[in-house]
Amino acid sequence: MSTEPTPPKGLGPLAKREMRFAYMLLLPTFLIVLSVVLFPLLANIWISFKPVTLGDLRAPSILVNERLIGNVEASGDEADIRYRIRNSSRKSDIAAVSMTDDLPATLDVLGYDDRCTLEDTVLACELGDYEAGKREDIIVRVTATQAFIDSPINVKDTKAAFNFIPENVLLSNDLTLDNFRKVFDASDFWPVLWASLYYTIGGTVGALVMGLFAAQLMNMTFRGRSFLRGLYLSPYVAPVIAVALAWVLLLDPGPGGTLNALLIQLGVIEGPINFLGQRVAEISIFGLSFDFPVALTVVIIFEIWRYFPLAMLFILARIQSVSTDIYEAAEIDGATPIQQFRFISLPQLMGIMAVLFLLRFIWTFNKFDDIFLLTGGAAGTRTLTVNVYEQAFAVSNLGAGAAVAVVVFLILLAFSVIFFKFSPEDDA
Amino acid sequence: MSRFGNIFYLCLLFGVLWGAIWTTLITLLALFVSGELFQPQVSAGAIAGLISACALTALAPEKRTIGLRALCVSLFVLILIVASGANPLGLPMSVYSVGQCIFTVMLAWIVVQAIHLTAMGFGPTRERRYNVEVICLRFLKGFGLVGFTIAVALPFFVMVMMSLKNQQLLLSNPLDFSLNFAQGGQALFRSYIELFTQYHFGSYLLNSAMVSVVTVLITLFFAVPGAYAVARLRFPGQYFLSRSILLIYMVPMIVLVIPLYAIFSQLGMRNTLWGLMLVYPATTIPVALYMLQGYFRGIPAELEEAGLMDGLSRINVIRKITLPLALPALASVALYVFMIAWNEFLFAFMFLDNVDLYTLSRGIAELNSSEVPRQHLMAGAVIATVPVLALFLWFERYLVAGLTAGSVKG
Repeated sequence: MSTEPTPPKGLGPLAKREMRFAYMLLLPTFLIVLSVVLFPLLANIWISFKPVTLGDLRAPSILVNERLIGNVEASGDEADIRYRIRNSSRKSDIAAVSMTDDLPATLDVLGYDDRCTLEDTVLACELGDYEAGKREDIIVRVTATQAFIDSPINVKDTKAAFNFIPENVLLSNDLTLDNFRKVFDASDFWPVLWASLYYTIGGTVGALVMGLFAAQLMNMTFRGRSFLRGLYLSPYVAPVIAVALAWVLLLDPGPGGTLNALLIQLGVIEGPINFLGQRVAEISIFGLSFDFPVALTVVIIFEIWRYFPLAMLFILARIQSVSTDIYEAAEIDGATPIQQFRFISLPQLMGIMAVLFLLRFIWTFNKFDDIFLLTGGAAGTRTLTVNVYEQAFAVSNLGAGAAVAVVVFLILLAFSVIFFKFSPEDDA
Repeated sequence: MSRFGNIFYLCLLFGVLWGAIWTTLITLLALFVSGELFQPQVSAGAIAGLISACALTALAPEKRTIGLRALCVSLFVLILIVASGANPLGLPMSVYSVGQCIFTVMLAWIVVQAIHLTAMGFGPTRERRYNVEVICLRFLKGFGLVGFTIAVALPFFVMVMMSLKNQQLLLSNPLDFSLNFAQGGQALFRSYIELFTQYHFGSYLLNSAMVSVVTVLITLFFAVPGAYAVARLRFPGQYFLSRSILLIYMVPMIVLVIPLYAIFSQLGMRNTLWGLMLVYPATTIPVALYMLQGYFRGIPAELEEAGLMDGLSRINVIRKITLPLALPALASVALYVFMIAWNEFLFAFMFLDNVDLYTLSRGIAELNSSEVPRQHLMAGAVIATVPVLALFLWFERYLVAGLTAGSVKG
């Protein structure tokens, strides 16, 4: 029975209150991210295993055609009310179909399907399940009364009402590996992956190098600097669709294309180049000829043009936070400007450059809009992300598109793991 | 003996290069402005640059007065005219005479000024490596500034100019960017007027503005409390959250688009602005939260503790102390989120089918067909660009500080 004081275990009441408060503040963020990012991410994996096309998203429903068959000319004539019922979808089932219809009171019912019951004039039928494409006729045998002959009623006037549970293609247990098979078997899978990597690496490195150069320029003091800085940031700020379409018109190979006309005027080229439509150009240097991917390179240049400002901004902020003492000391020691850059600036910038490389690499890999708007994925510029769109919405095979998206996500995951393993701890 | 050294030879080289570069650029400018098919006289410009550099930099720096530079300008003009056979811009002087004179003098003045700035402070003597590098870097930086400026501005220039011309003129001479002011404002801005009267651009503009502003409000409303919790409160998972929140920003939109399209279609939320107002904040909240928590950490905790001691509740501390102090960060986050929402293309393109609901991005995508003339397309691009660019340039300082504060430390 020792009453030795022990340190309190777990969280104290104050800490608990703080924790609850923190969770409460984070709850809205958590909910929206869960529902619009994390849940769709899982849903995407689910869809990638399902044979779903764009058209399947419309839920199946019951279609009915109701007619009175037979000649009713005098009281006592017999006829059939025929309900021709079918499942609108050829792929999805409908469960628990039930129908109710109000029959004209002036028709006497002689007989009806044994799944139906009649109460007064209301016919109710439990039709069970309708598998995909099923159609059947429900016949109700009637005789006409004199009242019906006097004032005929079209049986269609009272619409048959249906209750049913449509199968949701997204929720069914129908799973398949076909989508992934299709993705990996496609003849263009490897070219697409290769184009993605080329685009990502080219775009990232190019934007970083250009950003570094531009940051050096913006670090000088001269009149009009803030104007130029604003100008240099504008490719990043302007809407992607605006600048991409401006580029498309600028690079147009037909009459009216500014750049081609300019280059021809300068005598650089003889005929117009289809910058965004030409897959490869054969180039020979020193007798070695190799295929130069024209459209892909132009798309990469656009990517560099659009994202060098971001790199410039971050690198410039880093440069300006370096104290000038170091440079003064180096100056006294006789270091030349290039040596100062090489041995003082560059090492200081390596951290932010690594972070930028990581972020830009992933974002460039994710990029869809730019290529889609410039070339639509034609001429060897189809990257994985454009392929997602192509499969899901152009070929309208949602499942295959989702499968490509899963591949994108897995590659991204692999990159992230590699990056976070090798990136320096203190940055980011 | 060593009156002329390496600096002088470098200056000559830069004279040649500046002469060639600026001759090309100014001739093209003249071409754009006049629509006459001028041809850059590159070699004549290079020779003129060489001789002007020779005349200017052979003298000691303090002797290069304004008068001497004016002399060099006239020397440049003279040599350019002689070397190009009296066609300084590649066409006889009878064509567009006054303009040619102005552009030629402008060209000469720019080249001489460029050489002067490059060589400033250095005589034509032999110098050590340090100064050689200085002068080379000066040229490189000047060249970089010119190159970057042209590369960045050209697409925007073409965008604006094309929107003010008409397709026929554009097709017949794509390099003619001369504007006909005589036709009056009504005709000059015809594409813009037609976009607003016939293509519903007024409603696109309103939709874009509404979606963007609502996105900003929702984002701030969600991200501010979240960022405060991550930055200030202690709770299990805090470290994990502050590190991993940015990972959400790494998820590709294209991976989300298929499931969201499928689910929103089935829920009937696809062809609505509400759908966008749900998706956009979800993608911006993580980055907003990350930026804000970085800023909140920088606010001294003592201020808030003082508030707590004086009996304010946590909510009131946030409201009355933290938020006013974080106003610059809030502004920059708001601006950044606005920019993302305004420029967003993918979801607007996938979700919206109804013309009344189109945002600007979606509306411009609709113009991108062969039936719509180019000037309309470019006018649409200008309409989408101007508001966001103006807003951005106006608040640029805030944005730059806020964008870089979250991630760049030390």
